[in-house]
Amino acid sequence: MPILTSPPRRLRPVQDWPGYRLLVREPLRLDCGIDFGPFTIAYQTYGKLNADRSNAILVCHALTGDQYVADPHPITGKPGWWETLVGSGGVLDTERYFLVCANVLGGCMGTTGPQEANPATGEPWALSFPVITIRDMVRVQKRLLDHLEIDSLFCVIGGSMGAMQVLQWAASYPESVFAAVPIAGAARHSAQNIAFHEVGRQAIMADPDWCSGHYLSLGRKPVRGLAVARMAAHITYLSETALHRKFGRNLQDRLAVTYGFDADFPVESYLRHQGSTFVDRFDANSYLYITRAMDYFDLAAEHDGSLANAFKGTRSRFCIISFTSDWLFPTFESRQIVHALNAAAANVSFVEIATDNGHDAFLLHEPELFETLRGFLNGCAEHRGLGRA
Amino acid sequence: MAASTQTAALCLEATAPRTKAAAAEELRQDLRLIAEMIEPRSRVLDIGCGDGALLAYLAQHKNVDGRGIEISQSGVNACVGHGLSVIQGDADRDLDAYPTAAFDVVVLSQTLQATRQPRRVLQALVRIGRRAIVSFPNFGFWRIRLGLLLTGRMPLTHCLAYPWYETPNIHLCTIRDFAALCDEIGVRIERSVTLDRLGRPYSLDPRGSLANLLAEQGIFVLCGDTAETTGLGQGS
Repeated sequence: MPILTSPPRRLRPVQDWPGYRLLVREPLRLDCGIDFGPFTIAYQTYGKLNADRSNAILVCHALTGDQYVADPHPITGKPGWWETLVGSGGVLDTERYFLVCANVLGGCMGTTGPQEANPATGEPWALSFPVITIRDMVRVQKRLLDHLEIDSLFCVIGGSMGAMQVLQWAASYPESVFAAVPIAGAARHSAQNIAFHEVGRQAIMADPDWCSGHYLSLGRKPVRGLAVARMAAHITYLSETALHRKFGRNLQDRLAVTYGFDADFPVESYLRHQGSTFVDRFDANSYLYITRAMDYFDLAAEHDGSLANAFKGTRSRFCIISFTSDWLFPTFESRQIVHALNAAAANVSFVEIATDNGHDAFLLHEPELFETLRGFLNGCAEHRGLGRA
Repeated sequence: MAASTQTAALCLEATAPRTKAAAAEELRQDLRLIAEMIEPRSRVLDIGCGDGALLAYLAQHKNVDGRGIEISQSGVNACVGHGLSVIQGDADRDLDAYPTAAFDVVVLSQTLQATRQPRRVLQALVRIGRRAIVSFPNFGFWRIRLGLLLTGRMPLTHCLAYPWYETPNIHLCTIRDFAALCDEIGVRIERSVTLDRLGRPYSLDPRGSLANLLAEQGIFVLCGDTAETTGLGQGS
């Protein structure tokens, strides 16, 4: 039984999407040693920058997220991925803060990535796109903030891969980060997580429509491989308890199993749906590159093997948040960050939130998460001179 | 480990609940005495900080740079939700990461007796703090002695309110035991305050038998001799 029955939808032209675009002409030295550029940064903003330019919050998105934090997605029309958090009077209060979120380098929502044309050839970059790192993504964001003339961010916040960027920001540009909130993250990608990513990448590469990465030039798209990658990854974002609560062993619109490979169980339909909707909005090569960037992330390795060195002398205020049922980025990995920050005598808060929503809890309405964030940000805003809420 | 900070709310709970709303005016008696011992603008780590009453009080009245460690999730969340810098953790597990002399004062209030390794914890306290303030219930208190003598049962007092089979207090000691341990591991007792049953403070010699008999709890200001000899401690 094929997972996908409909042909892939064509993307709307990028220029029609909401938000802003910045063309950076000055090349950027990437970790792989290549001077990359010119390149485009697609970003979205919410709220207003104050006169002191002191109220900016950089939101860092996760692996398959994008800059549409609180806008309807231009392809799927679904609400922004953190819409529950952002808005007037929200936890990320747009009356009070100026929010910036940029699509990451290597992404497929407007920032230069493997699907964009290589100016040298006019063809999509595909696998000739340089292998990028989390630090490269952060360097690109720094270019954007320099352009926006924001020297000091009030806060850098993000979940999952976004948390990796937050930690990288705190380590690379400590003077520019007043407060840092890495949620459901880790200071390095674990062997198990690299293994899951490898499964996803192999699924994409095993799809005949991947065509060694040249599918765009050939008018094809590895939708099956990408869907399988998404399905496998999606399981890791949930928890056994949540899957059981939502689906159990119930049967899908039938009274008995069919002794076939149709989706007998709703959990199968759910995963197929996750896979098939994902391929409409995401580029397979972007998936390869961004998962690779996460795999390479190891903040301690950049600092002589000591995570505490990454935060030496930091004056940023940290709020580390993990979730009890997150087995992709389990609490002990957050605790390692906390210990490193303690060793650096940093100002750190650490909250583990009880939920059965797994890793994806950071995207969901978790009252305790909201309360923690609100309290932490209010406290920081007072110290920053942004006044009381 | 056992819920080390459950005990933090034990003493005088009936008269002064440790809630943030009441923090400023109705700080628990032993916490108020501890707060009085802390210099303005110092760097303070409160281990077993509960819902942050002491930290909130110190931030408000003494402008301290305060941090907390708390084992209960609800306590941590309440603290962080109120803008305090608190991590979830406990004294046995989370002190090793801190560098030497990271804080001016480290507070361990009504928690020592619930740690797994009180000796190690004490050493850690005077390492990471230039001073440590430790308070705990005195098992040598005359009512406990008398109760055990007369009834032959494990003591149940308002300071030690759990029955033996579910108490988090796994390492109870007397004031003299504590003083002896301090001597043994080279921890200097700079100051001691003993509290009677009504929470009234007295200055009694912690090595004398009077304090050990009359005090229901004790508060001690400690510093490590090693810190002094390496020049890390600053005498007050």
